[in-house]
Amino acid sequence: MYIIVVGGGRVGYYLTKALLDEGHEVLVVEKSAIVCESFTDLLGSICFRGDGCEAATLAEVGTARADMFVAVTGDDEDNLVACQVAKHKFNVPRTIARIRNPKNETIFKKLGVDVTVSSTNIILEHIEEEVPTHPLTHLLTIRDKGLEIVQIKIPPESITVGKTIKELSLPPGSTLSLIIRKEHKPIIPKANTILQAEDQIIAVTTPESEETLRTTLRGT
Amino acid sequence: MKIVIMGCGRVGAQLAGLLDAEGHAVTVLDIDSYSFRRLPPEFNGTALIGSGADEETLKKAGIEEADIFVALTQGDNRNVMAAQIAKHIFNVPRVVCRIYDPLRQELYNTLGLETFSPTTIFAQMLKGKLES
Repeated sequence: MYIIVVGGGRVGYYLTKALLDEGHEVLVVEKSAIVCESFTDLLGSICFRGDGCEAATLAEVGTARADMFVAVTGDDEDNLVACQVAKHKFNVPRTIARIRNPKNETIFKKLGVDVTVSSTNIILEHIEEEVPTHPLTHLLTIRDKGLEIVQIKIPPESITVGKTIKELSLPPGSTLSLIIRKEHKPIIPKANTILQAEDQIIAVTTPESEETLRTTLRGT
Repeated sequence: MKIVIMGCGRVGAQLAGLLDAEGHAVTVLDIDSYSFRRLPPEFNGTALIGSGADEETLKKAGIEEADIFVALTQGDNRNVMAAQIAKHIFNVPRVVCRIYDPLRQELYNTLGLETFSPTTIFAQMLKGKLES
């Protein structure tokens, strides 16, 4: 695939490296000459000096034939405009923008950016999950299908302890797929599996049902 | 009319002063309170500190009741983003956006934003003057 990366900061650098390792054709667009030089020294001549929001620059780097366009500068506005230019002027099928302000997630989607990645949200989530009492951990999001895989811990005081799976009224679109129990092999839950305190449950759910699933399983 | 202006630079401040003098309800936004010194002393509108690319600030500025939104900061991309938020999220009836870069201005014009490029306008004007 031909992938254009706008922004040669730390995210841009490691992303480019990873994409090159996967065998993709990658081109980085970066404003700073010094940053461009260090890219050339470390990864070869794959960095083009220019403004990734400018249509002229993007035309020069062959954006029209790009399969994917990723904007990872530290500026939300710049990432938005770069993606919009790529999308509307060069018809790039897939545009991805990094955002710092989580509030911009819905705005960017509405304005035509295909995928947004909020660095702030990701960091927050990871730190939150380290808090021992954290009730629900997001393991994976499958965006195209609107599904997510989550982990929920059953607290000892929960009323679900001692109940079978079939006695629970799970919200629509939610399936319990695995129970991880102390000193046991992981169990695939069946209708008559009885829940125990401290069970770690891996479940598939939707963003809408997530909250109900959490309260159902952790219910007190 | 209710008008929200983002960016209280020379142009923003002067426009705010003119519209205010005509009796419109004007709110000017800027991230730096020092910029408000440019507003004329008789300015009767509201000066609000904050970024026009932020939904909360825009709501505080009364964007939901605004008839016109004008984006006049130094940053083309900031103007573009704020203008699009005003147009597509808050459905402001008239949104005007300054974009210095002529190419970007053209693109966003075709995408339905009312944009103008001071670069193009001034270059053409100068050319006209010099030729006459």
